[in-house]
Amino acid sequence: MYSFEFEKPSTIAEAVAALGAEEAQALGGGQTLIPTLKQRLAAPAKLVSLSGIAELKGVCVEDDGALAIGGGTTHATVAREAADKYPALADLASHIGDPAVRNRGTIGGSLANNDPSACYPAAVLASGATIRTNSRDIAADDFFQGMFTTALADGEIITSVRFPVPQAANYQKFLQPASRFALVGVFVARFADGVRVAVTGASEDGVFRWTEAEQALSADFRPDAVKDLKVDPSGMIGDLHGSKEYRAHLVGVMTRRAVAAAG
Amino acid sequence: MPKDSGIGASSKRREDVRFLTGAGNYTDDINIHGQAYVYFLRSDIAHGRINSIDTADAEAMPGVVRVFTGADFEGVGGMPCGWQVTDRHGQPMQEPPHPILAQGKVRHVGDPIAAVVADSLEQARDAAEAIAFDIEELPAVVDMREAAKGGATKVHDDLTSNICYDWVLGETDDAKVDEVFQNAAHVTTLELTNNRLVANPMEPRVCVAEYSRGTDEYTLYTTSQNPHVIRLLMCAFVLGLPEHKVRVVAPDVGGGFGTKIFHYAEEAFCTFAAKACNRPVKWTASRSEAFMSDAQGRDHVTKIELALDSDNNFVGLRTDTLANMGAYLSTFSSSVPTWLHGTLMAGNYKTPVIQVNVKAIFTNTVPVDAYRGAGRPEATFQLERVIDKAARELGVDPIKLRRQNFITEFPYDTPVALTYDTGDYNGTMDKLEAAADIAGFPARRAESEARGKLRGLGVNCYIEACGIAPSNIVGMLGARAGLYDAATVRVNATGTISVMVGAHSHGQGHETAFPQVVAEMIGIDESMVEIVHGDTSKIPFGMGTYGSRSLAVCGSAMVRATEKIINKAKKIAAHLLEASEADIELKDGQFTVAGTDKSVAWGDVTLTAYVPHNFPLEDIEPGLEETAFYDPANFTFPAGAYACEVEVDPETGKVTIERFTAADDFGNIVNPMIVDGQVHGGIGQGIGQALLENCVYDENGQLLSASYMDYAMPRADDVPFYTVDHSSQTPCTHNPLGVKGCGEAGAIGSPPAVVNAVIDALQSGGKTVDHIDMPVSPSRVWAAMNG
Ligand SMILES: Cc1cc2nc3c(=O)[nH]c(=O)nc-3n(C[C@H](O)[C@H](O)[C@H](O)COP(=O)(O)OP(=O)(O)OC[C@H]3O[C@@H](n4cnc5c(N)ncnc54)[C@H](O)[C@@H]3O)c2cc1C
Repeated sequence: MYSFEFEKPSTIAEAVAALGAEEAQALGGGQTLIPTLKQRLAAPAKLVSLSGIAELKGVCVEDDGALAIGGGTTHATVAREAADKYPALADLASHIGDPAVRNRGTIGGSLANNDPSACYPAAVLASGATIRTNSRDIAADDFFQGMFTTALADGEIITSVRFPVPQAANYQKFLQPASRFALVGVFVARFADGVRVAVTGASEDGVFRWTEAEQALSADFRPDAVKDLKVDPSGMIGDLHGSKEYRAHLVGVMTRRAVAAAG
Repeated sequence: MPKDSGIGASSKRREDVRFLTGAGNYTDDINIHGQAYVYFLRSDIAHGRINSIDTADAEAMPGVVRVFTGADFEGVGGMPCGWQVTDRHGQPMQEPPHPILAQGKVRHVGDPIAAVVADSLEQARDAAEAIAFDIEELPAVVDMREAAKGGATKVHDDLTSNICYDWVLGETDDAKVDEVFQNAAHVTTLELTNNRLVANPMEPRVCVAEYSRGTDEYTLYTTSQNPHVIRLLMCAFVLGLPEHKVRVVAPDVGGGFGTKIFHYAEEAFCTFAAKACNRPVKWTASRSEAFMSDAQGRDHVTKIELALDSDNNFVGLRTDTLANMGAYLSTFSSSVPTWLHGTLMAGNYKTPVIQVNVKAIFTNTVPVDAYRGAGRPEATFQLERVIDKAARELGVDPIKLRRQNFITEFPYDTPVALTYDTGDYNGTMDKLEAAADIAGFPARRAESEARGKLRGLGVNCYIEACGIAPSNIVGMLGARAGLYDAATVRVNATGTISVMVGAHSHGQGHETAFPQVVAEMIGIDESMVEIVHGDTSKIPFGMGTYGSRSLAVCGSAMVRATEKIINKAKKIAAHLLEASEADIELKDGQFTVAGTDKSVAWGDVTLTAYVPHNFPLEDIEPGLEETAFYDPANFTFPAGAYACEVEVDPETGKVTIERFTAADDFGNIVNPMIVDGQVHGGIGQGIGQALLENCVYDENGQLLSASYMDYAMPRADDVPFYTVDHSSQTPCTHNPLGVKGCGEAGAIGSPPAVVNAVIDALQSGGKTVDHIDMPVSPSRVWAAMNG
């Protein structure tokens, strides 16, 4: 680690002000950022911890029934508090990393980081969620812009994420055996007006919507509806854990399983 | 009735109390007043020529004590190799220098270019970033097959090629071997890879070194499995220090698995720097450093051919192996693919003609050396995979084919230089078939199929040569060290006993098991006996722990020393009881005159030894302390049969292990619970190799699996509950305890069982696949099913 300054504000406004400084960076749960710092792969001049900001934390139901989760809410809290409101989302949160990661890592940190194998991006994209920041609302479809890239501007803080709650949903995660991130993860969400399918772990462009499957499932929400659909391997990730072809194949398998489990 | 103490009792591991309550004393727990910290600047390219290194800016950084480069070690020895292999033409292997810090070239990612000693670790790291160097990148030699070709880029410019040695064992006349294969009714051939592994002990390597100007003495605390070996190698071959001025301490060590046997450059560096800087120095490897500097394991590519006659008897075996040495020869690297591998190719079978060919190859990768099993897992894997394939091709039951070819008479001289003293392979297989309920497999398969899963059964045998080993034999084979061990039994005046042993416990439970033996021999409570290990200033010159040798070799020394103690104690007892020594019997800690009720207790005799008021001083010396060195007559030969049942998900290719059964013959057993634990751990590592672990370099020699994000260690939910059966027992014929060793068996026996089971599962799904290389990952299984 290189040395840096440290601030721990207690309001969003203070945090935004602190992040205005040269080379300042937000610190969520630190589960991604701290290892990066320890390896000296990043050298922020100042870290602004978001963990002391009460208004960034918690899970609540909004008037229209959507679920709002504070940007600083840990995975463990989501797993616990969203369980009866959005079980598929809570289940996803309960399978991120290990207890230490779940009790420190936050939804805001996960989305801001946009790891191509992370779980939350699939839920956010499949739910058609809205990412709220200190300055605007960003639709999920506009937020994810490729591996480790998002629509966030420098110093912009994810304050909450608003999830419309689907009628039925499920997340299927096929584990990368070492990291236990998603080798391929598929989140299927069925709304009154159609089905959304988001895939993580598979593509070189990060999380994406599988539109052919969405169309097929919107017409017929059964695993068989997608059994003949194929994903083109060419844009998939190929690495020591699985070839492009294998990932493309798994997208189909995980989608069918998610549909079956969503019921 | 199971015993509750002494030999055969499952005494609870007394060392666990301190390990589990945070009271252990590991090397990193040791801090010496005024210590400075070492940071190694390591190469981030696999192969390069060092044009210049400029340390001036680094030297001027805050807190920096001194910056070292290879130039500071001109005239100092390099890291030695402890085993000289002689090639097929009688020539010694090619043995390139291995400097403490790189000189001239860097040869793998992680090769140390420079070392900074500073007041704090962060200051040392900052300074390392200020070192200016010009290293011209050279093409990396990564693939062994390419490296072995003439004209390939050379890892070491001064060698004639990248081939360390080209070695043969067994039948050296090619024509004779060819004839066997030409006359065979059936030949089965298999090409396979034994995947490279990173040992990954929980505790990374650490060194703390201190030098006293007043006494000219050095102390090195280090994470080692064999402190005396480190002291000898470092003093005699590297730094040229007098051994009596150097103390090496290996305190609690958090796992070794082989990778902490070797003498590492960091140990020599820290010892050297402690004097050069006149300050204690400390180095603690980060996990990333462990991935690129701990010697790695396995990494063989093999073609194996098995010839059978028309009655399915094995008539010939031929293997061709390329073994990766990495960039330098680590301490025992050269012996692993040869004397620890080729010699095991007979397995449990009476194959009359065997030829083993091994080429050891230098590449721009981290050095490879012994890892749990060392050579024997590689041998077992090839042999048991090719037998399985032969059974499939011939349509015979794989267990029957094995049984038909078992060695049944002992002692048995194999065609590959070993003499098996004893064993009962059919008996062990009987135990396996019962414990694994092989007969019930078809019903379990049907149940899996009803759930849409493919189920496979894999069975295999293994044999290993342990208790390494007779010094005269290993010396003949090229070892540059003796491989005896030593123990000193010091009886205290009150009757308690300290046993100073050359073996080192780093997870094996010696602190519990060794006292069980001494307590049993004397008939006293186990709690009265304690072992002392890991400190050259306290223990006799023993060779440490690896190769499942501790109890078989060091335990035997301890038995011999305890026998000397008992003999002397009997003399003292005879004097006290005014009887003839020949009439004294020792039982339950009481010395009795045979046939009388005259007796004297152990504690009275030991007190007399140290308070010799009434003592036969004219016959014997006072005191009660004896040392024995023990050099065995042969290796020991643990053997067993393993069965694995897997389920394969046909949609994803994911393999799950449903049942795993081990039937081992370890000879006599001192602590069954510890033996179970050793087998469980070994199988866990074997399953790790078979399903998960893979150390991968890209074509530029960059380590792709350089952290736990990409190197998959087995977790609790990757392994099943094991069934282990150790009731097949043919005691070793040549050591006093009749023990064989159990530390490596699990890791040796389990990988082929897993792969055999996967192949069987695919077959049941209608897909005949000859082989899938380890790790048998979902992606590979899926590719094989759809290939
Ligand atoms: C062992 C391990 C296993 C894991 N397994 C999984 C897994 O299975 N699935 C998975 O999805 N993830 C996994 N993770 C990642 C984990 O979910 C992290 O918590 C998450 O990616 C980052 O969240 P954080 O709060 O820790 O963010 P930090 O590490 O603190 O920050 C990450 C990035 O986000 C920025 N940031 C943080 N909070 C905000 C905010 N509110 N607004 C804007 N920017 C912000 C930071 O500046 C930084 O750039 C794992 C991590 C570990 C260490």
